[in-house]
Amino acid sequence: MATATFRIWRGDAQGGKFQDYQTGVSEGMVVLDAVHQIQADQANDLAVRWNCKAGKCGSCSAEVNGDPRLMCMTRLNQLDLAQPVRIEPMRAFPPIRDLVTDVLWNFGAKKSIRRFTPRPPDAPDGTWRMAQVDVERVQEFRKCIECFLCQDVCHVLREHRLFDEFIGPRHLVYAAALEMHPLDTENRARDLKRTHGVGYCNITKCCTNVCPEGITITDNAIIPLKERVIDQLYDPVAKLFRMLRRSP
Amino acid sequence: MPEYQTHEHDVLVIGAGGAGLRAAIEASAGGVSVGLVCKSLLGKAHTVMAEGGIAAALANVDDRDNWKVHFADTMRGGQYVNNWRMAELHAKEAPERVRELEAWGAVFDRTPDGRILQRNFGGHRYPRLAHVGDRTGLELIRTLQDHGIHQGIDVHMECTIVTLLKDGGRVVGAFGYERERGRFKLFRAKAIVLATGGIGRAYKITSNSWEYTGDGHTLAYDAGAELVDMEFVQFHPTGMIWPPSVRGILVTEAVRGEGGVLRNSEGRRFMFDEIPENYRTQTADNEEEGWRYTQGDKSARRPPELLTRDHVSRCIMREVKAGRGSPHGGVFLDIAWIKARIPNGAEHIKKKLPSMYHQFKQLADLDITQEPMEIGPTTHYIMGGVKVDADTQMSSVPGLFAAGECAAGINGANRLGGNSLSDIIVFGKRAGEFAARFAKTAPSAAVDARQIDEAARTALEPFERGTGGEGPYQVQYALQEMMQDLVGIVRTESEMQRALEGLGPLRARANRAGVGGHREYNPGWHAALDLHSLLTVSEAIARSAIERRESRGGHFRDDYPNKDASFGMFNIIVRKGREGRMEVSRAPIPEMPDELKRIIEEMK
Ligand SMILES: Cc1cc2nc3c(=O)[nH]c(=O)nc-3n(C[C@H](O)[C@H](O)[C@H](O)COP(=O)(O)OP(=O)(O)OC[C@H]3O[C@@H](n4cnc5c(N)ncnc54)[C@H](O)[C@@H]3O)c2cc1C
Ligand code: SF4
Ligand code: SF4
Ligand code: FES
Repeated sequence: MATATFRIWRGDAQGGKFQDYQTGVSEGMVVLDAVHQIQADQANDLAVRWNCKAGKCGSCSAEVNGDPRLMCMTRLNQLDLAQPVRIEPMRAFPPIRDLVTDVLWNFGAKKSIRRFTPRPPDAPDGTWRMAQVDVERVQEFRKCIECFLCQDVCHVLREHRLFDEFIGPRHLVYAAALEMHPLDTENRARDLKRTHGVGYCNITKCCTNVCPEGITITDNAIIPLKERVIDQLYDPVAKLFRMLRRSP
Repeated sequence: MPEYQTHEHDVLVIGAGGAGLRAAIEASAGGVSVGLVCKSLLGKAHTVMAEGGIAAALANVDDRDNWKVHFADTMRGGQYVNNWRMAELHAKEAPERVRELEAWGAVFDRTPDGRILQRNFGGHRYPRLAHVGDRTGLELIRTLQDHGIHQGIDVHMECTIVTLLKDGGRVVGAFGYERERGRFKLFRAKAIVLATGGIGRAYKITSNSWEYTGDGHTLAYDAGAELVDMEFVQFHPTGMIWPPSVRGILVTEAVRGEGGVLRNSEGRRFMFDEIPENYRTQTADNEEEGWRYTQGDKSARRPPELLTRDHVSRCIMREVKAGRGSPHGGVFLDIAWIKARIPNGAEHIKKKLPSMYHQFKQLADLDITQEPMEIGPTTHYIMGGVKVDADTQMSSVPGLFAAGECAAGINGANRLGGNSLSDIIVFGKRAGEFAARFAKTAPSAAVDARQIDEAARTALEPFERGTGGEGPYQVQYALQEMMQDLVGIVRTESEMQRALEGLGPLRARANRAGVGGHREYNPGWHAALDLHSLLTVSEAIARSAIERRESRGGHFRDDYPNKDASFGMFNIIVRKGREGRMEVSRAPIPEMPDELKRIIEEMK
């Protein structure tokens, strides 16, 4: 059987280093399979999160050869196996151990967003009517599997570490899903501006590029939210910004 | 004395899938303090993987549907050994639970007049599955999660319970470890709800994740509760089989609901070859009629591909055994053919089955809009589990409740697709409600330090043995291999006896399992601790399956290939007997009320 080398980061909050492992490679294997093989045969205590192995749960996020990816959806035949495959944890979050990071901050950030508040039901039986075309936009955002890869690449979090001021692309997508939900009546514009820091996003689109669900985070979620904030809060600077952006 | 952190809640919910989240929300609404524990992060439980939809007789697409039809379908699918009261409550309450999800923010696909859209699924007479493309489970778990985080529930993520604590007959707490630091935690509680899901990891080929090691089943069993119907394991007919690394991953039944057909290597639709007697009047006898059914023609009957899962799985096995299988030992599932019938067919397929399209494209280099998929049966679900009271979901141990996949009753011998997502919210709610009521009136109780010491000592043993001990993964693989071969889709007495004999040595190896490293996020240690659950549920499945000397639903015996009416009169129970041995017994099924009997007659 062919083998390949996997250079895996081993360590914890105190620090760590890359360690090389050789393992067999067979048809169709994904990076997560290689990690599991190594875990079973050579390093029982190699820490990694996973659940579905089918790109549905968003647990197995890591950086493979520097790219934020789901390990279970990264085929080995897409990588150059002549070189060691470098696997490391998401760097924007504090390491716990090996490939596992502390993503708890995300759960708090989400909780700070005002909850879904529907209008009264449309029909006497307590149900609502919504057209498919009107829900599709929100359905795109609701595809999010909370893998936090977008959070990992966003420079506002990764480099500038503005975790206290900016909720990050994942949660802007969440806020957009609520704001654009046909039934929702809550207004989140003020929070988005003041506490959620939507203004920090300078539309680099790095988040959109890594989203495994193909959510057009920047164009479909963040920009409309920015516009909402501007429309409602009449911020002259931002208004100018919008005019510039819209001009051809 | 082991070191541990103590938490105190009125109600402790173990498991944060759909059932656990719904239970926690309801218990909290009942005005008691609630703790919720789960092995993974919040939102990653198995429920997130469910694809096809959630069954509820909303009658939005076909107004002939109502709870009675759903009830009759569920009983027929379960071959009448279901807990009929649970089947009744489920059919009656599922629509309300689904509408409640919408009120909490879920966004289902819509009908042209703006209501919740429903799709066809195996064994359901009318289009009944509310859905969101093929990611319905994600919608369900996210809705409950996002609603739940505002209900004042204390969530303990990445924490695994290893034992329940008792005071006399009653449960009074749970003991476990958190993964991150490996520290022990004691949860004191007046009532406990188990919502831990299934057992798929006892088999080699499965659609289930590492979490599905039968913990809840085992916690309940060890605490003295009865398990029921453990012989009924569902092998889903369509799992991926190629390439090897994806073997077992689910291909949703919605593929067939949208018109996908099964063919053997000769290109023949072999599902027409054998249609069971009790489904004959409801099943199309020609391809044309089957196609019309999938496209919403109300006068048409369903194609045989949408017969129940147990039957479809066996037909696939038959084709493979007869040498008419696909190159990698399965058969072909073809959705691409509908392009001949639908304008813009490729786009239609991508829209209706987006995650299947991506799954095959990314993992198998196959475009399902162009080529047929290769599929074969995969271990998917367990109908058996903790025996509970239908109305309250309390087990035979006071204060211990169970809901969702780890509880049993509603599905009988075979579960219909879509009935699990509805089961988990209907009975999750009930379990939460009644656990809260129980907790309110329960007197306070003491936890026994000896039980805690014992649990902590056992949990740390793998470290004492160190890397010189048995590799935990190797023991796990050996067990999975054995269960797959000897207690799988087609069973015989002699093979299952061999499995029972094999369990002894495997348990001895598990007791020697050792791990290196330290307690912080150490998967080897976790795998070693899971072995006890895997072995316990494997034994329960094998013993129950030996006892049922007939074939029914998910349980097929080569040595007793027919259904035997006398076996339709009881369920099989296992419990921990004196000296810790597993005891098997039969519990007669209570007489069904005339009203329900009449419904079943009318719907025949
Ligand atoms: C791929 C796939 C597709 C499916 N599609 C459908 C579908 O379309 N329709 C349908 O109706 N059903 C479907 N099912 C079945 C359905 O998804 C499950 O049966 C259902 O989600 C189970 O829900 P649950 O709440 O009982 O358990 P789960 O969602 O599995 O949750 C179990 C929870 O228990 C926790 N847990 C387990 N053990 C412990 C322990 N020892 N300590 C602490 N916590 C513990 C886990 O961490 C997890 O949080 C599908 C299943 C699979 C695998
Ligand atoms: S587009 Fe905005 S949110 Fe996305 S990565 Fe760039 S700065 Fe961050
Ligand atoms: S938006 Fe995309 S990248 Fe971000 S968490 Fe969700 S699925 Fe992951
Ligand atoms: S394991 Fe679920 S997304 Fe990779």
